Amino acid sequence: MTTTAPPALPLPARSVWKVGTVASVRTETPTGRSILIDVPGWGGNLAGQHLDLRLSAPDGYQAVRSYSIASAATGDRIELAVDRLPDGEVSPYLVDDLMVGDEIEIRGPLGGWFVWRTEQTEPVQLIAGGSGIVPLVAMARAHAASGSTARFRLLYSVRSPGDVFFASELASLASPNFEVTWVYTRETPPDWPTPAGRLSPAVLEASTIGASEMPAVFVCGPTGFVESVADWLVALGHPASSVKTERFGGK
Amino acid sequence: MGIISRGFAGRSREHNPQLPPGQYLTEDFPVLSAGPTPRISTDEWEFTITTEHGTVHRWSWADLMALPIEDVATDIHCVTRWSKLGTSWRGVSLDTLFAGVDTGYGFTMAHSYGGYTTNVPLADLLGGKAWIAFEFDGQPLDPEHGGPARLLVPHLYFWKSAKWVRGIEMHKRDDGGFWEQNGYNIYGDPWLEQRYS
Repeated sequence: MTTTAPPALPLPARSVWKVGTVASVRTETPTGRSILIDVPGWGGNLAGQHLDLRLSAPDGYQAVRSYSIASAATGDRIELAVDRLPDGEVSPYLVDDLMVGDEIEIRGPLGGWFVWRTEQTEPVQLIAGGSGIVPLVAMARAHAASGSTARFRLLYSVRSPGDVFFASELASLASPNFEVTWVYTRETPPDWPTPAGRLSPAVLEASTIGASEMPAVFVCGPTGFVESVADWLVALGHPASSVKTERFGGK
Repeated sequence: MGIISRGFAGRSREHNPQLPPGQYLTEDFPVLSAGPTPRISTDEWEFTITTEHGTVHRWSWADLMALPIEDVATDIHCVTRWSKLGTSWRGVSLDTLFAGVDTGYGFTMAHSYGGYTTNVPLADLLGGKAWIAFEFDGQPLDPEHGGPARLLVPHLYFWKSAKWVRGIEMHKRDDGGFWEQNGYNIYGDPWLEQRYS
């Protein structure tokens, strides 16, 4: 079948598997946890990039999955946040079994599209559904750490208050330059001013940076969520070229 | 061979020879797109092949439907590691579309509504290996999956099968398309695991 495959080239550093060591784990939600991993030689990544993670069974069987990176630092420590998929092969291991001190193989960073660079000055609208917050929290962290004066806004849709990843950190990042709007689809916090309900075009319009300000928009979440939000954004006048999406799951 | 992951047994141990290395089976049909889904009606849809001589071969939706339509049963492999086996499509072979095209160039760039691009060597589009597909599983192709029509090049990773395809441009060199400029491999053979650049 292969007729014109290019010749093999030396592998760049990001293509080489590195051994990381789990530094800490933290329960974030009933089905998800965040994991800090030290990866000697990692050397940092852009906000929004992902990596490949490889598990190996004693008989040599291996499973590889891609995960977004929640951190955007320059050193060798990275953070992941993983939601357990009911039928998953890798995510249940990462959420339920992985322990501090365990070694895990990592390759990356990967991806040059769904990224925010600290030199970008235009307003940025982040829109997350569930664990789609992961690459967006990396952008929020990079924004805060860099002292960027770009206006940031986050719209975060979750089922209930207990399903929020990075809840306390997002609260602490809030500033005049970083506004967070919550949408609770099934259950709200006590005394919440509006009833639980799915994100609507009206709420989207009211709680995001308008198209007239030409924001860069990053949307990440389950496929159905991202499809709806991206369609509404285009209907609200955002150029399709300024809306970057990352989806997970089928339809 | 890397380290052993303490306590990891894995699940799908039986070797499936239809599955390229590093892929897992899915019954789902995941969606991977870089931006909003373009909504293109078949009334406005057209497909072109543009040669180095500036010749533009042009097909409307009705033109496409008037060409010989093939049933395609094939496996598909996404770079994000899912594979779907035995999928069924209907479409028009690129051999049919290229039959009257005069070109000396060996490479192509597929262009999509919405601005997506991907590069494929011409040899990989010909010889019964690629189609303009407009039906999946007996139904018109959903916009999320590239409808009204997408390129189908199933022997390469699925990002090469450009959704919402609107044209193919002949190139002298193997210039990189959208994902190829954003970290993916220039060719993308799943059996050689050519995922990244």
